[in-house]
Amino acid sequence: MATKRIGSQTIKFENPPSIVGTASIVGPKEGEGPLSNYFDLVLEDDTWGQKSFEKAEAKMQEEAIKLAIANANLSPKDIHFLISGDLLNQIISSSYTARQIGIPYFGLYGACSTMTESLCLGSMIIDGGFADKVVCATSSHFSSAERQFRFPLEYGAQRKYTAQWTVTGAGATVLSSTGNGPYITYITPGKIKDYGIKDASNMGAAMAPAAFDTILQHFKDTGFNPADYDLIITGDLGLIGRRIVIDLMAREGYDLTKNFSDCGVKIFDGVQQDTHAGGSGCACSAVVFNGYIYKEMIKGNLNRVLLVATGALHSSISTLQGESVPGIAHAVTIENLS
Amino acid sequence: MDNMTNKEYQEYVKKKIPKPPYLKNAIRAFLIGGLICLIGQIIRNILFSFGLDENQVVAGTAIILVFIGSLLTGIGVYDKIGKFGGAGAVIPITGFANSIVSTAMEHKREGYIFGVAANMFTIAGPVLVYGIGGSIVVGLLYIILTSGR
Repeated sequence: MATKRIGSQTIKFENPPSIVGTASIVGPKEGEGPLSNYFDLVLEDDTWGQKSFEKAEAKMQEEAIKLAIANANLSPKDIHFLISGDLLNQIISSSYTARQIGIPYFGLYGACSTMTESLCLGSMIIDGGFADKVVCATSSHFSSAERQFRFPLEYGAQRKYTAQWTVTGAGATVLSSTGNGPYITYITPGKIKDYGIKDASNMGAAMAPAAFDTILQHFKDTGFNPADYDLIITGDLGLIGRRIVIDLMAREGYDLTKNFSDCGVKIFDGVQQDTHAGGSGCACSAVVFNGYIYKEMIKGNLNRVLLVATGALHSSISTLQGESVPGIAHAVTIENLS
Repeated sequence: MDNMTNKEYQEYVKKKIPKPPYLKNAIRAFLIGGLICLIGQIIRNILFSFGLDENQVVAGTAIILVFIGSLLTGIGVYDKIGKFGGAGAVIPITGFANSIVSTAMEHKREGYIFGVAANMFTIAGPVLVYGIGGSIVVGLLYIILTSGR
């Protein structure tokens, strides 16, 4: 009997897992952005002394996981599971990282929704009594993603207005069955939504229906409304996707104009940094959550946040074959409980 | 939104996207494309002044422009010219050089055979296939239409 389910898609935890440590590492461009001061480490060189961008990405993820565990005053042997994923083919950044870390490992592919997908699964494993400590992590790298999904770095192509900039970075969260919060109290895993957007450089519009559907379902299942949250923040919808979600929610009678934002909008200064529609990538929601949101919650400036990381589940082959981009979004409620 | 069809959603999304500044883009493409052609003409005139014949000048001009395009790609400048000039930087022969050198650079880590050599024509390849293929078709048509004259 599934006693922890409420409504049709949401889970309410009996013993909410506590976040006991986080880490965020970002590349130089993210370090020049408006959230610079919130990150644990800003790299001066986006290869971090490695021979390839792929190696640099794996190193970022490894160091973020180690740092998050250290920030929780734990050591890797205390951690029961590592749950992580990334954008590269066969999630190599995560698997090569797991090889170095030596914690039992579940590899995920949720594209840019990986941060909340891993938090959902990690929280269920802890509340289910299967583990006491779990690390959830993800990474992305502009240059490794660009070569897999788009054009070579030095190729003189123009980016579309709707294109987004993959965030170079890695974020990790340590969840624990005991701790002083902030806590993960509800999760609403999302359904895939696909309204036939085929343009892989307009991912905000492709993912917006999934984000809308998950947020709406979360409110219906829990009975909450937008005013119950200090911040509702999607993963990487960017400027266009964000506008669409506000618009679609308004049609359902929910006002998101006051406390709704998007990690891809927050991480860069779009005008100064020429990032077009905003940031994207697994690391986008990961570093904004593990850097900015977590630290603001510890300070008490934010007490209740709905994090909705969004993923575009296409591949470079499906795009060439003219398939549309399936979108997904998973919502996680993070709150300071008194 | 459940009552929205795919088509309705796609129409709706189109309205949310600002129109690209076509006139500004066209002027920039004209300036950059024109500048590259001007440089080509200057090289051509200089080569003629050395007393080379037409065939030698055509080959020499192309070689020098490809070299310049490759060099600017290698030092990380051509992508910025491309961002500014769009098609004005992509269409001339320097853009062709950029497409080959940039892919070759990108895949160096995967080795010189399956990395650099196998990937360097991923962007230029289609241009070569259909460019050469098209010229053969035109050549054949020319022979057929002019035979017997």
